[in-house]
Amino acid sequence: MLNTQQDRLMAEIDELVTRHGSQRNALIPILQSLQTRHHTISDFAMQAVADRLGVHPVEVYGVVTFYAFLNEEYHGRFVIRLCRTISCDMAGKEAVARQLCNDLGIEFGQTTPDGRFTLEWANCIGMCDQGPAMLVNDQVFTRVTSEKVHDILASCEKAFSPHTPQTEEEHAL
Amino acid sequence: MTIRNDMTLASVPVNAGLTAALKMDRAGVIGVIRNSAMKGRGGAGFPTGVKWNLAAAAQAPRKFVVCNADEGEPGTFKDRVILSEWPDLVFDGMTIAGYAIGAAEGILYLRGEYTYLRKGMEDCLAKRRGTSLLGERIRDKDGFSFDIHIHMGCGAYVCGEETALIESLEGHRGEARNRPPFPVNTGLNGAPTIVNNVETFAWAAAICVKGADWFKTIGTAKSTGPKILSVSGDVERPGVYEFPMGTTIQDVLKVAGGENAKTVVIGGASGHCVPAAEFSRAISYEDVATGGSVIVFGPGRDMLDAAENFLAFFADESCGQCTPCRIGNVRLLEGVRMLQRGECSTKYLHELCSLGETMQIASKCGLGQSSPNALLSIVKHFRHEILGRTPAEAKA
Repeated sequence: MLNTQQDRLMAEIDELVTRHGSQRNALIPILQSLQTRHHTISDFAMQAVADRLGVHPVEVYGVVTFYAFLNEEYHGRFVIRLCRTISCDMAGKEAVARQLCNDLGIEFGQTTPDGRFTLEWANCIGMCDQGPAMLVNDQVFTRVTSEKVHDILASCEKAFSPHTPQTEEEHAL
Repeated sequence: MTIRNDMTLASVPVNAGLTAALKMDRAGVIGVIRNSAMKGRGGAGFPTGVKWNLAAAAQAPRKFVVCNADEGEPGTFKDRVILSEWPDLVFDGMTIAGYAIGAAEGILYLRGEYTYLRKGMEDCLAKRRGTSLLGERIRDKDGFSFDIHIHMGCGAYVCGEETALIESLEGHRGEARNRPPFPVNTGLNGAPTIVNNVETFAWAAAICVKGADWFKTIGTAKSTGPKILSVSGDVERPGVYEFPMGTTIQDVLKVAGGENAKTVVIGGASGHCVPAAEFSRAISYEDVATGGSVIVFGPGRDMLDAAENFLAFFADESCGQCTPCRIGNVRLLEGVRMLQRGECSTKYLHELCSLGETMQIASKCGLGQSSPNALLSIVKHFRHEILGRTPAEAKA
């Protein structure tokens, strides 16, 4: 029998429900795992999670759209979040932003057509003494300059090399 | 180097606080914390001993200790340093709180932006479980079991508000609740819950080691103890500093290398702008209160740009639940952009200030109640700079 993508996603959600439980407080941990693995939380996933937890899908949709780190729309394998808040702003985040756009060929809020990078603004990430700062997935980069942008992106690109084993959670660059 | 001066927390032996606390009875522990007169280090300044006492007095089968590590206030990063340097002290403090109020479960709500800190903290928790500092019958104390788990946040500033944080823990949108009832009575899953800042737990452990009298000898009568400040912006040495409560702004600037500052914003985006003429004011709950954020602006800085940055932040982070905050922040942001373009009449500026005052009164939670602070204080102190801009000065 054909094992469709949806069947696989269902099996995965069942496994997550087994791990986190089927109480309401398991909702966000389940969604976080789905986001990390699939870089998006699809309508189908929201419906399936809602069914498993016995809540209305609108409740799940409400949660997904509320939090900045849960996304309906597909996000790249590497999500770059440049801090735009005051101290990083004063430290010169604008030049870094410009270079990120130039090197990736996208604007903030967009994903590269190959699905590798998403570029977003972040509100204060707590690196105010070492700005400009940005997160690439879970990893933090501080005192970023426009010259350093290329090297950071190149280190991400390495993850796509055929010689690099791909991990479930691309935290290590 | 982020840590810039001597930190008392670095000299507190790990687990000594818990050991000392377990020698006392529950009421004794709360008594020590009350005697220290410590107020919450997150910024709101509620007396920690009173909070613990209320939760201890509540009758319930389950209670919770929650550590608020959703450090999101712009310009604040001291909790990041505490969690990476002294996680044991924070867990010590949480365990002491669990013993004091009669809770068996602790949750540390770590902001999603700090995911990279999680591994080190999980290792620390595992080590504590292995040495009878967490788990069943901690240090062979009959009837005291306590464990801590880490819950990851998802990128929402408002979840730093305690009731929004609890909503988020329960799997909901981070929308603040009405208070009362307060979490000490009706918190997580309806159970009595204390929510304290990272730094508060660390100091609680230190107080159990060094005593309430030690804590009271530092600081002022109304603001006891040392405070860890996060200093950023136009200073030569940005980073975290420990100062006694009541230290003046000019003393902080002198140590951090920012004496020529034009103004300082204390308390982050939701704080107040203090001009150079008032640098003799003291950082304390009774004068200029802060959760730790000190952002320094040098002589060339345009405060209208700062106001724009702050309001863009709030317009983005408002949860949208109540109208004053949801609409008000957007209107204030539009107003600031009009000022930047030199298109704002004095009358409209007055309307904006009046809207800000309404938001302070009418918003449901601390976010909307404090988001106009920075703009109102900037208008108050820098009015001469913000009116009548010409298009040449205006930015796109």
